Amino acid sequence: MSLITIKGITKTYNPKKIPVHALRGIDLTIEEGEFTAIVGPSGSGKTTLLNIIGGLDRQTKGEILVDNVNISDLSDNKLIDFRKNKIGFVFQSYNLIPVFTAAENIGFIMLLQKKSKDEISKRVIELLKSVGIEEQKDKRPNQMSGGQQQRVAVARALASKPKFVLADEPTANLDSKSTSDLLDIMENLNRNEEITFVFSTHDQRVIDRAHRVVTIEDGKVISDVKIKN
Amino acid sequence: MIVKLAWRNIWRNKRRTLITVASIFFAVLFSIFMNSFQKGAWVRMLDNIVNYYYGYAQIHQKGYWEEKTINDVLELNDELWQLPTQIDGLEQIIPRLETFALLSSGEHTSSMMIVGTNPDAEDKLTKLKSRLTEGTYFNQTDKALLIAEGVKDLLKISLGDTLIILTQGYHGVNAAGKYPIKGIVHFASPDLNKRMVYLPLEETQDLLGAPSMATTLALRLSDRDDLEYVLEQLQTQLDTDKYEIMDWQSMLPDLVEAQKTDAAGNYIFLLVLYLIISFGIFGTILMLVKEREHEFGILLSIGMSRSLLAFSTWVEILLMALLGVILGMLAALPLVHYFKVNPIDFSDYGEMAESYEKWGFDPIFPTIMDASLFYSQAIIMAIITSLLALFAIWKIYKLKPVEAMRE
Repeated sequence: MSLITIKGITKTYNPKKIPVHALRGIDLTIEEGEFTAIVGPSGSGKTTLLNIIGGLDRQTKGEILVDNVNISDLSDNKLIDFRKNKIGFVFQSYNLIPVFTAAENIGFIMLLQKKSKDEISKRVIELLKSVGIEEQKDKRPNQMSGGQQQRVAVARALASKPKFVLADEPTANLDSKSTSDLLDIMENLNRNEEITFVFSTHDQRVIDRAHRVVTIEDGKVISDVKIKN
Repeated sequence: MIVKLAWRNIWRNKRRTLITVASIFFAVLFSIFMNSFQKGAWVRMLDNIVNYYYGYAQIHQKGYWEEKTINDVLELNDELWQLPTQIDGLEQIIPRLETFALLSSGEHTSSMMIVGTNPDAEDKLTKLKSRLTEGTYFNQTDKALLIAEGVKDLLKISLGDTLIILTQGYHGVNAAGKYPIKGIVHFASPDLNKRMVYLPLEETQDLLGAPSMATTLALRLSDRDDLEYVLEQLQTQLDTDKYEIMDWQSMLPDLVEAQKTDAAGNYIFLLVLYLIISFGIFGTILMLVKEREHEFGILLSIGMSRSLLAFSTWVEILLMALLGVILGMLAALPLVHYFKVNPIDFSDYGEMAESYEKWGFDPIFPTIMDASLFYSQAIIMAIITSLLALFAIWKIYKLKPVEAMRE
């Protein structure tokens, strides 16, 4: 069942001055439960595509359906709500809230969803366990390593029970061990809990673990290879 | 969680927060003290001036205040005498029969103001007895005068001498009498000191042919804060077509103007102070918004609504201001209390003290402990910071998450 359907997406920056074409007509479908890597060199348009899928940016042309909702039609406020309930984000530089502990960072999004305190604390413990950093729950981001922070970021992305997780270069700032551990965690979540992951990356270690690799160059999909189902 | 987020964010840049809080602290401390000092001084001045002669309110026959003639007298009936028993806060009514008269002794004659009054009641209102410099205080049955020091000098008389009073009584009757001087009083106000002559009320009524009549009823209140209530009650209980009820503001408009002018000067000073503080707070807000643009982008990305983010930022700015306000209030409390108990006293400063006394008040300046002076600062700072926080809110509503996260 298709979760994300992208039809003829283009994105042009500065259309009235010196136009920069970041995406030049992307068609792509991502099914539920996929573990997909979007790869390509720097400037190829991976992050722009991820931002548009995540409703953080708007396309110049085309249509994008996420969980059967045309997100191009959503207002700014509805898009924020949509992101809160349907999408989990993992960023390259972790982007945790520095004044919150690991547990508070994870629980915050559930607070925004107006979940009960009991439900939040139960889920936070569950997520901390699943990413293997239970003992770090009371530490703030600046008291944790990059790998630990990224695990908190993954847990945060999953906290709202999203339809899928978008991860923009999630391993770019991690060493080999942390990268491998993080990929293990994400792969397990994908396998055991059928969470859909979509990465943008040019890290070969991530590409090697992906089940589907979509290659973009100059704003176009040049290959789409399913490696493993 | 929002308050927790806001509170923790305040302490991310401790030095900047402390500088901002300190500036608010000093502004609040200074403005509470200034206001308290200014209001305290005015309350004391008003007490001095109002209780020097007028009282906080008076009742007259309609039209008396405009013309001040002996023919506009009111009759002292039961309706008036019973007012203190019917109105809470009204302690006593002090009837006076006032008129101008020619006073003469030997070859000296001068125009003076004759005040027929009840000696005991008058003393309770104006502390007349305490102004006695020579002789003894008069009583209700006396047929003797109490004169001001200036009158003594003008007419070249002394204690025990007899004064001739010649004037026109009620409805044009001739009024003449001679009275010995029983006591001499001192008024700091030169105007009062050269024209005041007191006579017991009943004797004055006989002299002027106006039995059971008075030109003025001065009101003695339990507390000056009761004035508004007492006036309201008087307006409903008395026939306002027959009587005029005047508060001290209507009787002493110049004093009201002087108070307004002084308050305006103070407000301008405080306005400049708050303006300077506002620039400081705005600088903090500018830095805060710039530093946190990236974080705002993340919060919007993960699904925090713009309104909630704006609210959280507003709470953060407000908390910072309130911290300064609360500390400022706490510091102001003992300071204001100290100067309330130990007012600034210029009595020993010769000329300065004299000039104050000439205006009718003692040169002592206390502060006043009034809750409104304190909470008004909290309200002012909340308004100022909320207005300044509009900038941060505007930036949040304009923010594009992708661009913000690139910062």
